[in-house]
Amino acid sequence: MARIGIFVCHCGTNIAGSVDIARVLEAAKKMPMVTLATDNKYSCSEPGQASIREAIIENNLNRVVVAACSPRMHEATFRRTVASAGMNPYLLEMANIREQCSWVHSNDKETATAKAIDIIKMAVAKVLRHEPLYPRQVEVTKQALVIGGGITGIQAALDIANAGYEVVMVEREPSIGGRMAQLDKTFPTLDCSACILTPKMVDLAQHPKIKLLTYAEVKKVKGFVGNFEVEILQKAKKVDHLKCTGCGTCWQKCPEKTTSEFDLGLGKRTAIYIPFAQAMPPKPVIDLNICRYIKYLNWVALGEQGKKPPECRICEKLCPTGAITWEEEDTIINEKFGAIVVASGYQIYDHSQYEEYGGGAYPNVITGLQLERLMSASGPTSGEVIRPSDGSRPKTVAFVCCVGSRDQHKGRPYCSKVCCMYTAKHAIMLKEHDPEIQCYIFYIDVRAGGKDFEEFYLRAIDEAGVTYIKGRPSKIYQDGKKLIVLGEDALIGKPVEIAVDLVVLATGMEPSVGADELARNLNISYDGYNFLVEAHPKLRPVETQTDGIFVAGACVGPRDIPECVAQGSAAAVKVAALFSEDILTTEPLIAVVDTARCIGCLLCVNICPFKAIDYQTSRDERLIAVVNESLCKGCGLCMAACRPKAIDLQGFTNQQILDEITSLWL
Amino acid sequence: MEKSRYAYYPGCTLKTSAREYDISARLICKTLGIQLEELEDWTCCGAASAHSIDYLLGVALPARELQAAQKLGVPLVAACALCFSRLKFAAYELKDETTRNSVSNVLKEEIPTDSNYEVIHLVQLLEENKENIKIEKPLRGLRVACYYGCLLVRPREVTNFDDVENPQMLDRLITKLGAETVDWKFKTECCGGSHILTRPDIVTKLSHRLLSQAKQAGADCMAVVCPVCHSNLDSMQKTIEAKYKDGVGLPIFYFTQLIGLALGLLPKQLQLNKHFTNPMPLLQNKQLI
Repeated sequence: MARIGIFVCHCGTNIAGSVDIARVLEAAKKMPMVTLATDNKYSCSEPGQASIREAIIENNLNRVVVAACSPRMHEATFRRTVASAGMNPYLLEMANIREQCSWVHSNDKETATAKAIDIIKMAVAKVLRHEPLYPRQVEVTKQALVIGGGITGIQAALDIANAGYEVVMVEREPSIGGRMAQLDKTFPTLDCSACILTPKMVDLAQHPKIKLLTYAEVKKVKGFVGNFEVEILQKAKKVDHLKCTGCGTCWQKCPEKTTSEFDLGLGKRTAIYIPFAQAMPPKPVIDLNICRYIKYLNWVALGEQGKKPPECRICEKLCPTGAITWEEEDTIINEKFGAIVVASGYQIYDHSQYEEYGGGAYPNVITGLQLERLMSASGPTSGEVIRPSDGSRPKTVAFVCCVGSRDQHKGRPYCSKVCCMYTAKHAIMLKEHDPEIQCYIFYIDVRAGGKDFEEFYLRAIDEAGVTYIKGRPSKIYQDGKKLIVLGEDALIGKPVEIAVDLVVLATGMEPSVGADELARNLNISYDGYNFLVEAHPKLRPVETQTDGIFVAGACVGPRDIPECVAQGSAAAVKVAALFSEDILTTEPLIAVVDTARCIGCLLCVNICPFKAIDYQTSRDERLIAVVNESLCKGCGLCMAACRPKAIDLQGFTNQQILDEITSLWL
Repeated sequence: MEKSRYAYYPGCTLKTSAREYDISARLICKTLGIQLEELEDWTCCGAASAHSIDYLLGVALPARELQAAQKLGVPLVAACALCFSRLKFAAYELKDETTRNSVSNVLKEEIPTDSNYEVIHLVQLLEENKENIKIEKPLRGLRVACYYGCLLVRPREVTNFDDVENPQMLDRLITKLGAETVDWKFKTECCGGSHILTRPDIVTKLSHRLLSQAKQAGADCMAVVCPVCHSNLDSMQKTIEAKYKDGVGLPIFYFTQLIGLALGLLPKQLQLNKHFTNPMPLLQNKQLI
């Protein structure tokens, strides 16, 4: 037998000012199963809550309706109140007579009062059908996975580990460091990029709580917050890193060479290699596509057809510790994690789409990142800026901003944010390299929003004497040894034609290749450009719609280094907060499937935005839907979609909603 | 719509300065079994000055031709890039109701709301039919710079032709003939167009750049698809050579003439003797005639 107590709140004059509380109480007392109807000036205040608590005990109430504000405001408060009186907290129902009634009808007391009575009537109908619910508790695996070893991932991993939790970092390349490791200097301070990054790389590699898996990729992710099961592919390095000392003999003597990915085609690397001098770990991997001995083994395996490749094995012969392991194969590592931070970063837009700028065919049209490698003392030219075509020193250089950014024709309408500043930096640095160099920068707008950015841009003009020309060039072509840049100076409305030795394209940022596949594996959202989508762009910038999975850095959108670092730290704090509890309590307001009614159409499986519904075969061999209680967010889409009405949302069942509606006229 | 029969809009130049284009086009289409039916009583397309002086006139003139082709129930083929551009623009602009009503008033005929005008350029027609070209005499050894000009490809939402910066349609066609096409970056740059009448200095500058870039890319001739481009590039070579002290001497062919040569037609039939820059020495040198 239900014994309902109704507590109507005045909320000072917020409700009482436009709702006639006496009439509401009079009507409430006549509603079915109501044992008590009373009012309170401020129900949420401590005396208010105490009076509810006492009334429950005194009147032996087993259902409570609080007619007050929105459940978003104080549902949690009153659940605690009823629980402290010994009731199940889910036997409470809020009737929102403030936001949805008194506030919107503040000048019409008659209507407001009638509506308040109706709202309470509905809440009474619903509370009658409430069942006691119990939150589930799950244990938290206190180990975090960080995907991506760029500056964002490094920062996140260090912060989580320094908070005392275990971290596994997975990096696809043979070394961590990411794009920042390729930069020469950073704007606007002209700090040496490697000098500020490499100590962090070393800290990470030596941290007792961090396990670093380079040359590895995340393949499969299952589970839910607190309990993710992740399958990691460790690609065969063919080098035992426990034995290897990183002495460098192998990569100095390896005879097979290819273009270096790290130097963006401007330099060479060997088949057994570390990507760059300060690589972490400072130990090599063997590139299976070009290694002579691997080619030989493949030749043998394929029946010795064609020319016999040399059986090189020079690295093996020279290795002082016997670290070369030809038998090593790709392995799968299975690990459990409580939380995941995705910091998969960005890559540079491929400008071969820009036929008007040569489509990648002109050797002296390079990208900003290539210029970074040319300027870097540890780069392929030891810091000498030369023209890739003939090795001569350029005296005139044109920069083109917004290549692959702010260009709808190329499918890239967004601003890449960092290019204006890195282009100003390049011009200033070139001038320092060679005071005779003249730089021209073609720009659409100079976007210098950031601490000391505008001053830095002015420094390019005032100190480095850079000529800024407003307008996107229409064409770049080669004429003899020179490159001719055609454009318009939009400020004076005249065509410009400049002959230069070198063109640097400020190519924009796009998500790393495979970001979309990773997002699908993790069941998080990504946009039309494959940037990952945060839970809220302003207020939840590192969370995703999936609990326990966080995103940070340039995989979410164009970001500069300080923003990436801030986001890495932000994600780490979220992880640390999650790990600070041993047990996670999950909301019981989730979907349940009545297996007897389920017809196995699985419409709900496809409709669920959280991939929380799976299916299985029942004992009588029917296909039935199963809700993963940890993934379900209680949105109710499956319930609305379910044709045989086999799915109910606890606390919002079909019957409850029907009862609420019918209560208004029955 | 029938696909071997087409309404043909030659435009003014093909009847005058570019007769060799008209003659060679008709000849090869006949050889390939493509029926070109010249529109009756056709008028100016508005390219020369109408469209820059009066918007309505610029749409109504080509709209008249579009309507005529619509009545025949076959696609409309233009040989001149300027005509093609005006016809395409008109088809695009007529999607707008206000424009449609004004043009209906001018033409004294109702323009249906659902008109789906099919306008193609001759190069599109022949590229589609390139598998039917029976090569009698492959153009081996000829290194051709394919020049599309600015109007075929732009604006892309109106002409919907090919890549704006590096189109390939004509290259595919010329390669099919056995010739080699050069990779150059000026396929769709402006030649100066009708500025030849008012600002010849601009035309000589732009055309000189085209010619010298084609030569730098290793071309020994150029294939064009537009009579205005042809006129600027072919007839101005002497002026350009004098002005820039730069020997050019690059024969400029209409692409239809190259198809004709590959089909085994005679230079005289293809009117190769009508050009200012004599192509005969080159063809003899390559043993193509």
